[in-house]
Amino acid sequence: MIRFAAASKSYAVDGALVPALHPVDLTIEAGEVFGIIGHSGAGKSTLLRLINLLERPTSGKVFIDGRDVTDAQGADLRRLRAGIGMIFQHFNLLSSRTVADNVAFPLRLHGGKDDATIAARVDELLELVGLAAHARKYPAQLSGGQKQRVGIARALASRPSILLCDEATSALDPQTTASVLELLADINRRLGLTIVLITHEMDVVRRVCDRVAVLDAGHVVEQGAVADVFLHPRHATTRRFVAEADHREGRGADFPGVSGPLFRLSFRGDATYSPLLSSVVRDTGVEYNLLSGRVDRIKDVPYGQLTLAMHGERLDDALAQIRAAGVDIEEVAR
Amino acid sequence: MSPLQTLFPNIDWPEIAQACLDTLLMLGGSLLFTLVLGLPLGVWLFLTARGQLHAKPKLYGVLSLVVNVLRSVPFIILMILLIPVTQAITGVSIGIRGAIVPLVIGAAPFFARLVETALREVDRGVIEASQAMGATTGQIVTRVLLPESRPGLIAATTVTAVALVGYTAMGGIVGAGGLGALAYQYGYNGYKPDYMLVTVALLVVLVQILQSIGDRLVGRYSRR
Repeated sequence: MIRFAAASKSYAVDGALVPALHPVDLTIEAGEVFGIIGHSGAGKSTLLRLINLLERPTSGKVFIDGRDVTDAQGADLRRLRAGIGMIFQHFNLLSSRTVADNVAFPLRLHGGKDDATIAARVDELLELVGLAAHARKYPAQLSGGQKQRVGIARALASRPSILLCDEATSALDPQTTASVLELLADINRRLGLTIVLITHEMDVVRRVCDRVAVLDAGHVVEQGAVADVFLHPRHATTRRFVAEADHREGRGADFPGVSGPLFRLSFRGDATYSPLLSSVVRDTGVEYNLLSGRVDRIKDVPYGQLTLAMHGERLDDALAQIRAAGVDIEEVAR
Repeated sequence: MSPLQTLFPNIDWPEIAQACLDTLLMLGGSLLFTLVLGLPLGVWLFLTARGQLHAKPKLYGVLSLVVNVLRSVPFIILMILLIPVTQAITGVSIGIRGAIVPLVIGAAPFFARLVETALREVDRGVIEASQAMGATTGQIVTRVLLPESRPGLIAATTVTAVALVGYTAMGGIVGAGGLGALAYQYGYNGYKPDYMLVTVALLVVLVQILQSIGDRLVGRYSRR
């Protein structure tokens, strides 16, 4: 478990202190995948680095597994860091070492392991990330996705309980992003380790995260379960991220030529796949126009979000029936 | 008369051979000590610079000033200024052993600066990743900075070796021996152009050999 208690960070710029992160209170539970989303400069990279103390908080505290680590130094700090893996946007592999030696690097840092033990662990890790055939290659000979897999293997080498992901998929193409995210989700399930990832893409959050915090100009403006934040974003920044993920950026609820009130229906879980609308139409005789919508998954949970124009004499009955089926309805202003 | 004697009537070939050996000894000895002193100095410069792992701007300023002063003094002057130091360290003021002290003091700051520049080329992200894995500064230097900048360090060594060839030749003027001394004594002072030609040609060959060894090693260790 990771806890920030009013942790803030300011940088000295030309003699003045410029805040990068305003005091943040946040708890990340053990075993969850926690997303931190924000635009560049929002402070997410700083927040992530407070966890392994690559950045020290200017004020406030950081707790890991209930222990105040804010002022950890020397050997204590290095032991703490050995228990926290980290992967990076630009992979940050050692170009002068082979894939196998990159993965072995953290194991050799802390000593006490013989070569055979290290070699066995490296084989096991390369197997896990699907790179067993590339052990003797140099990073420059690998694709971006393969480099990130080496990064993941290296980060897991010391059997950490926490994995920090710094924009880990931002330099990858969509297909590679999907496979790396799948690997992260798989690692989270199989090894039970806590993953904290920062990103500027809501889609990354939607695919792998359990909970999310939205950072805007150094403030946490919204946090909660991904489904709640994704389906019912409250803060303007969050809405923009969700709109980007839905590819409906810049388009409002403006549907010229459509009459009647507009409703946004949010389905979650089993309700997503039930024939609710057709039974409502049959029972109440209302009519509807489907204006926009998306049916997809948030991590493993199916969801749907549809914008409809609905009209008919028994509109209220229809809405009540939809609500009774566990579907959220919001009237959309137009 | 053999063709060699016809072309170069003044040259005493065994003397040339001895001078080659002297130049190589001075080069080898001074290069060794330049690397031994310059590499740690370069690492120290790198680590103490602003924004680096052990940023100590004031210490960096002092180190940097010393390096710059030593680099600004023309080598021929440095050699003469350092005669008392040389005598204290080696017991002689001239000759091969005597020349090595000023050669090292002249070249080590130069090499240190090149080392600092090569280390700055190492990706900051790789250093950050090593810190995140719990590496100590010593481990970052020996396992990350030096291996990652190996091609740059080899290139720096090559440039320094070539510069040292030039310095050894200058050393000849104040009695260090070697090819430079022959060029100066017989070629310049003694009006024997064939001496000048042969010694300069040998120096050119030496520089060519050093450069091509350096280039080959850089190629072998480049992984980017």
